[in-house]
Amino acid sequence: MAEEVAVSDAIAVERTLAGDRDAYRVLVERHSRTVYRMAYRMMGNAHDAEDVVQESFLRAYQKLKQFAGNANFGTWVYRIAANYAIDRIRQRNADEGRREGPSKPGENSLEVDPLSQVQDMSPSPERLAGSAQLAERMEAALAELSPAERTAIVMRHWDGCGIEEIAAVLKSNSNATKNTVFRAVQKLRRALMPFLEGKEARAMGTEG
Amino acid sequence: MKHRTEEELIGYRDGEAKERVEIAGHLKECAECREELARIEAVFGALDAMPIPDPGEDYGERVWQRIAPRLGEKKTRWWESLFVPQRLAALGGMVALVILAFVAGRWTKTPIPKSDQADAAKVRERVLVVAVGEHLGRTEMVLMELENAPPQKGQKAIHILETQRRAEDLVEENRLYRQTALKEGDQAMASTLDELERVLLDIANSPEELTPAAFETIRNRIEAQGLLFKVRVVKQGLDERNANPDAKPAENKARGTERKKV
Repeated sequence: MAEEVAVSDAIAVERTLAGDRDAYRVLVERHSRTVYRMAYRMMGNAHDAEDVVQESFLRAYQKLKQFAGNANFGTWVYRIAANYAIDRIRQRNADEGRREGPSKPGENSLEVDPLSQVQDMSPSPERLAGSAQLAERMEAALAELSPAERTAIVMRHWDGCGIEEIAAVLKSNSNATKNTVFRAVQKLRRALMPFLEGKEARAMGTEG
Repeated sequence: MKHRTEEELIGYRDGEAKERVEIAGHLKECAECREELARIEAVFGALDAMPIPDPGEDYGERVWQRIAPRLGEKKTRWWESLFVPQRLAALGGMVALVILAFVAGRWTKTPIPKSDQADAAKVRERVLVVAVGEHLGRTEMVLMELENAPPQKGQKAIHILETQRRAEDLVEENRLYRQTALKEGDQAMASTLDELERVLLDIANSPEELTPAAFETIRNRIEAQGLLFKVRVVKQGLDERNANPDAKPAENKARGTERKKV
């Protein structure tokens, strides 16, 4: 099935390059939803996600000649979208940084001692049951990740991308990328600890 | 017993740990590490539970509607644009007409029997009817595109580059057909083609990024002149003539109906 789609995509790419604009429509309609899901998880809101989707398909169209045809079009446009999304997050963070001015060390950071959060975020059974609140907390935690960490967790966890593929988007190497994935999971864990565990994580590598 | 680090357990869960077999063996023995792994697993579970709004089944179509007008921004060499199908159709139409005019000219210059002259005229009219019918079909599409694309709330600029390119092609065709219609004495069609030409020129000569106000002006003009309606009526008349070549042209049908409408 996936192979059939890839072959059909390759034909649509050829036809688009030959001047048939409607062939590109097939590609857009086929891959928009997948790109949207990734873009939404990267950007955290529908408006920015839609912008990423549209811009990515425009860029893919303009660079279609560079698409060697030896890769899957879906994978290719996904990577264009991931690259664009990471740039947008960096830009957004820079804009917000300029508006808010320099923050004090530790402010808005996930490195805050989780125990200090327990008092006001103490997870009563009702709160734990409220998955909406957990989702809200997770969204805040994702927003605190660096653009590279967020990209890594989105591509790795939700979309099952390989480390090499993520490394290509992050313009990094495999080891550094694995480390980025680890840091992302670790930061999310710290941020969600009051909800999920109600206590601090075990100290790493302790003797038992 | 030395416990496994958080990094090792996250790597294990992620499928990227180096000592996969050793960690699995340790987990069998160590309840505390199994608990730690379960806590890490809860983070992934929370990620999986994150809601994501469904953009709807028609999302791809909506993306296409948004980006299609901007696809013309693709940079191509000038000669490549000649091979775009729409332009090939326009070029083909013009070449066919030039050949037709040449052949018709030769026919009229040599003395030929009256019955043959009548046949030649019929063929010429038939070709013209089909060509103009197709031209009107393409024009209808351009007008419909503009009619059906009102600016969104808050939209600052409307990109019409692709529509403009097609309008440019249509202006050339239109001029040729209008002159031919005048020569043939088909005033009704010549008049409709004349009105069309002006609007097509307006579209072709507009800036590629229109303000909503400028866009509305063009749309209002199409609506005020009932152009889409006239195009459809003339096209319908041509289709009928094509289906029944011996029938008289449905001249002024458009005007008559248009007057009633006003």
